[in-house]
Amino acid sequence: MTFVAKPRVHHPRLPVNEIGLTRRDYEGAVSTLCAGCGHDSVSAAIVQACAELSLPPHRFAKISGIGCSSKTPSYFLSRSHGFNSVHGRMPSVATGANLANRELYCVGISGDGDSASIGLGQFAHIVRRRINMLYVVDNNGTYGLTKGQFSATNDKGSTSKKGKPNLYEPIDLVSMALQIGASFVARSFSGDKRQLVPLIKAGLMHRGFAFIDVISPCVAFNNHNGSTKSYEYVRGHSESLVAADYVRGGSEITADYEPGTTEDVRMPDGSLLRLHKLDRDYDPHDRVGALDHVQRCQAEGEVVTGLLYVDPNAGDCHEILDTVERPLNSLGEAELCPGSEALDGINASFR
Amino acid sequence: MTTYNDFVIRFANVNGSGSASANGMFAKALFRMGIPVSTRNIFPSNIQGLPTWFEVRVSEAGYLGRREGVDLMVAMNAETYAEDVAAVKPGGFLLYDNSKPLARELRRTDITEIGIPIATLLLSEFDDPKQRGLFKNICYLGALSALLNIEFEVITDMVSVQYKGKDDLIRPNVHALEIGRRYARDYLPCPLPIQVRRADALGDKIFVDGNTAAGLGALYGGASVVAWYPITPSTSVAEAFERYAEKLRIDRETGERRYAIIQAEDELSAIGIVIGAGWNGARSFTATSGPGISLMSEFLGLAYFAEIPAVIFDIQRAGPSTGMPTRTQQGDLISAAYASHGDTKHVLLFPSTPKECFDFGADALDLADRLQTPVIVMSDLELGMNDNLSEPFDWDDARRYDRGKVLDAEALESIEKFGRYLDVDGDGIGYRTYPGTHPDKGAFFTRGTSRDEYAAYTESPEAYQRNMERLSLKWRTAATLVPKAEVGGGGNTAGIIFYGTSALPMAEALDLLAEEGIHLDTLRIRAFPFGEEVYRFIEDHEVLFVVDQNRDAQMRTLLVNEGDIDPARLVSVRYFGGLSISADTIQEQVSEYYTARKLPRLTEVKS
Repeated sequence: MTFVAKPRVHHPRLPVNEIGLTRRDYEGAVSTLCAGCGHDSVSAAIVQACAELSLPPHRFAKISGIGCSSKTPSYFLSRSHGFNSVHGRMPSVATGANLANRELYCVGISGDGDSASIGLGQFAHIVRRRINMLYVVDNNGTYGLTKGQFSATNDKGSTSKKGKPNLYEPIDLVSMALQIGASFVARSFSGDKRQLVPLIKAGLMHRGFAFIDVISPCVAFNNHNGSTKSYEYVRGHSESLVAADYVRGGSEITADYEPGTTEDVRMPDGSLLRLHKLDRDYDPHDRVGALDHVQRCQAEGEVVTGLLYVDPNAGDCHEILDTVERPLNSLGEAELCPGSEALDGINASFR
Repeated sequence: MTTYNDFVIRFANVNGSGSASANGMFAKALFRMGIPVSTRNIFPSNIQGLPTWFEVRVSEAGYLGRREGVDLMVAMNAETYAEDVAAVKPGGFLLYDNSKPLARELRRTDITEIGIPIATLLLSEFDDPKQRGLFKNICYLGALSALLNIEFEVITDMVSVQYKGKDDLIRPNVHALEIGRRYARDYLPCPLPIQVRRADALGDKIFVDGNTAAGLGALYGGASVVAWYPITPSTSVAEAFERYAEKLRIDRETGERRYAIIQAEDELSAIGIVIGAGWNGARSFTATSGPGISLMSEFLGLAYFAEIPAVIFDIQRAGPSTGMPTRTQQGDLISAAYASHGDTKHVLLFPSTPKECFDFGADALDLADRLQTPVIVMSDLELGMNDNLSEPFDWDDARRYDRGKVLDAEALESIEKFGRYLDVDGDGIGYRTYPGTHPDKGAFFTRGTSRDEYAAYTESPEAYQRNMERLSLKWRTAATLVPKAEVGGGGNTAGIIFYGTSALPMAEALDLLAEEGIHLDTLRIRAFPFGEEVYRFIEDHEVLFVVDQNRDAQMRTLLVNEGDIDPARLVSVRYFGGLSISADTIQEQVSEYYTARKLPRLTEVKS
């Protein structure tokens, strides 16, 4: 935890983005999480992604559940409204918020307890509904705030800080998201900013439901030998499959990835999603193949990272519901109220 | 002696046999003849095969509550014959299908049996066995038109309208009607001494169920996000909203919808969606019943504490637990009023008629925005799922939605420092902003944890208490804004307090009591928190009855609790068997109290 407040004044020569803002304009309050917490790296990656995309920092709806991860919307984008709701129920609140105003960037932050245990049902159903949002799970395999109990994403056999093994099968949110129809599924590691920032950018710009499972080690309770969610384990066992760059409106972001095969995916808004396939055989548009690969790697103790699946044309819930372009929260009496004349007709139908 | 427009008829059918349509037409026919009717569908939690009853009370005096005893039983379910025959009042009538003879032990000498060989009559007229099954209902409707003297054209007109465009259905339906009618005229003493005649007792009244009214009210009130989970008896609220929205909320140019409706995965999600939408500035509602309120409780506490508008329709049914899911009760008052842990209180509205379901459906959205808190409309199965007589709905086109205290970008510009939970106006209600309003002003963090006036997290005892006290002040403000209780009568020392569907039998109960020399002033509560007028009424009366349709006298508890009323002053009158409370029940319990306490009765001297 940091006790030094951030200075309000920033360096006059900080670089500005396309809308004249610096990285500092995208930051939030000082984090109260433990020093070295992976979650803070995720928040920093969100700040960087939004700043680099030059998105207006007040046009977000940041929504979370309960837990360490769910505190983090305070720590980025302080010009936007945030909503720290109830445990495991971020998906429903995000659904309502997105239905009310489709123009805001909706960012949901959850944890493994929040999404894989108490909120597993809500997680599954928001995937089905294709809410247009970026859904990030800060996945550390443990309940931090209540001092280190196993969560449902903890691998069977992985040990607690006290040396006890986890006896139960893990829930893999990535596999679930693939299976239920998410149109953008990625996994990353909080310690790999180079991979995480472009994934967040692409997830934000994706129209539809974008899910990123971020392995984010808990330095207090799940970063020891024997844990499969520790910095050391993930660094030693991760396999990066598909790296992504988000290229906005034709203006190219320099990619600093080693060249493999490259594929540009045209997004509905005209921007490009540039995929660097590190394994020539991997097809990020094959849902079944992705699921198969993720499961096989998991069986061998490997953590697959990168953009696992994307369907840029899947669309979102507003398309399913065929709602008007204007945000529903901006409609007034003229658009919402049918008026007395229509009511006369309705009354007549009840006589 | 012949009586007109004054009887109870009950249809005993098998669930899923197509009886609802014929029975509904029966009630509507009387309504169209200008006669006051009320209907009660007594049905099982089942799709097909179990007994179901449909009861119609016909009352030219306008008594709309349930009345004990059946004058005419249409017994079409062999399985329930015994209890159906037993339910007929002495001197009453039993209409049954005598294609098979009635068992000897079921016969009664104190009632009139009316046998019609319905199955036999239809056998020679219709080849299709499925059609024969459906037309049984139409056939007895035809017979009843002759037996009760219902204008036949009123019924045939309804058939023509119902099957408009499907002419091949009109002809056989009318034929089945005629078969029944002809048999009754040829072989039975038509009309019976209980019969109907055209009246002019309805004015411009409509005949509609409360759930349709509530859904329409929410539509008129500007709800644009709806989330719900199917649960009897609330389902038809969301369905009504959708049915009308499909016609009335479509953008004419693009064909797109000006509403979003989500059938959620459960009630937790439904209320979560409503709260998310409310937070983001869209009017939103959900509809549920008691079990749903239980599930939504955590979220309701969040909305209370984080101060987010939300509207919930609770169409109450008999609890606890799954209880009797297709029976009515007013059983959720306490669980709704104080839903969630910690010190929480919620605004409740109690409609008594479809008109009030419509009005409160729209008003609740205004109140929720004004008070920035959940508002729960407490209807019940009796009102929600049965067709009730009602004043027509009306809407003032000059009415503007009250969106409450919301700051837009311009307003934010003029403010030095925005404090979401600052009590600027002294009414306990702060100003809020919608997400995305202004580039660098007005953003705040909404949370279920304690916070200070500027929405910053705090565990300071002082800041926490200040916030909780402000919420109390807001509660007192709410008491001045919610619909006032309706006071009736005047000048009596005794009074009766009631709410919701207990209003239906009240006029009759008061008349019955007056005949016994018991005269009561009335107070119909329409909202919680209670307004001053409620406490004044209690202060002004020596003897007070409180009518509840639940075992534990929940409204009485709320009055005692919130008004610090001496419990001994409030005499509970209650019924909780799952049918709606009848005038007889109210009359008996009040009268017994008078007798037991030897209270004076005022009997008029008869000259």
